[in-house]
Amino acid sequence: MPSKTLGESLFERGVSRRGFLKYCTALASIMALPPTAASAIAAALEKAKKPSVIWLEFQACTGCTESLTRSHAPTLEDLIFDSISLDSHDTLQAAAGHGAEQAREQAMKDNWGNYLLLVDGSVPLGNPGFSTIGGVSNLEMLQETAKGAAAVIAIGTCAAYGGLPKASPNPTGAVAVSDVIKDKPVINIPGCPPVPVVITGVLAHYLTFGTIPELDLHGRPLAFYGQSIHDRCYRRPFYEKGRFAESFDDEGAKEGWCLYKLGCKGPITYNACATVKWNDGVSFPIESGHPCLGCSEPDFWDKGSFYQALAQGQWGSAAGLGTAAAVGIAAGAGAALLARRKQHQAREEQP
Amino acid sequence: MSKLDGIKVRVEDPTTPHWVTENTRPLLHEIHHALQRLLEAGEVKTIDLASLPMGPADEARLLEILGVGEVEACIDAMGKSVIRETRFPGVWFIEHFNTDDQPMGRLIDITFIPTLLLSQTEDMRQGLAQLSLYLQTDDAA
Repeated sequence: MPSKTLGESLFERGVSRRGFLKYCTALASIMALPPTAASAIAAALEKAKKPSVIWLEFQACTGCTESLTRSHAPTLEDLIFDSISLDSHDTLQAAAGHGAEQAREQAMKDNWGNYLLLVDGSVPLGNPGFSTIGGVSNLEMLQETAKGAAAVIAIGTCAAYGGLPKASPNPTGAVAVSDVIKDKPVINIPGCPPVPVVITGVLAHYLTFGTIPELDLHGRPLAFYGQSIHDRCYRRPFYEKGRFAESFDDEGAKEGWCLYKLGCKGPITYNACATVKWNDGVSFPIESGHPCLGCSEPDFWDKGSFYQALAQGQWGSAAGLGTAAAVGIAAGAGAALLARRKQHQAREEQP
Repeated sequence: MSKLDGIKVRVEDPTTPHWVTENTRPLLHEIHHALQRLLEAGEVKTIDLASLPMGPADEARLLEILGVGEVEACIDAMGKSVIRETRFPGVWFIEHFNTDDQPMGRLIDITFIPTLLLSQTEDMRQGLAQLSLYLQTDDAA
């Protein structure tokens, strides 16, 4: 294991205590902890050792890696990735072919039982030849690499739920990482792609506390996926008042009213977009005038049109939902509850 | 005259959004309560704006109401940090940026003085060592 602590690494780079505290304040923010936790984080991080990380990429579009690396340097994401030892990443590493495979095998050998395994992309079970790396099927590589991992983190909707490769009719027989790995903790960080600071926030949690964060029923960290987009949306007061945009260019849209009727899946989507936001905190889809697609929820791609209101979609054909959208306030709250109940019901009915 | 001139386009100023969602008022109440607690019990509080639902108009409105007070300090540590006392003494608005001047965090501190403005013990020790080394080198010369 690398001998330097995170504190030592940062101080060697000339980071002052003030800078370190500022860094920890921002870390507390991305871990959804109160700002007063910064001192405790600083104390823990000073002693934290750099963990070895192996990143595997299966049936994916590389969007999750893009999401993480699209930030401008130096950011918290950079600092976190300076704080881990990313020993193998098929897309990012310079090595190719057998050299790349040796890097993974060496990291596994050197850190057996302690490394973190990050996976993006789904695993095809239909035929081992559908997706291979160095002639090794995704399934075989996942099973082999997971054996020595302390924990497995499924990054993105494909790894967490199967994602777009699993979309009907699922030609490759794509499954989620958690469908294959049953004997290790699997943390799901869904999103298409996931918010970069959510990825680093989970890594920061592991670095700081040495444990995996508390998870919801979908294996998602509650700190980031504990509340719906709708609950944290700054447009929520318009929903409560029954003020909705009816089309993308009407007066309601220009006034910044609620996008529920334009298909917003915010009420049934659990993610951190509404507060953490994207592009270094600039905005998120709803702030840019587009409804939430619900990309951090299972099977979001097979649930009908992105532009169909929840009230008309498979989550709720009940007339009450449509009425709720029209009258807002009390009925609106009822609609959200009904949608949530339908969601749970649909999950339970899944084979 | 270009044919495009016939297309009516209205350019709206993105810096002055004309709609608000009323997310500001509850936050002002929270600040009010915190300031009361600071005065009565010396209890400090930090509010992370990233954890709250805030639209662009909400934040602009909040900053407009908080206004600018007597103190403004700039820290250069892993990027710039600007710490301003608002027109309500004891209520500080703190903005952290990275070295590319991109925002890392926005906080409201309800305190007598934000911790980051204080010299940090570890930095002072390092500074003391550097000063000692300088004096030794200077004496030897």
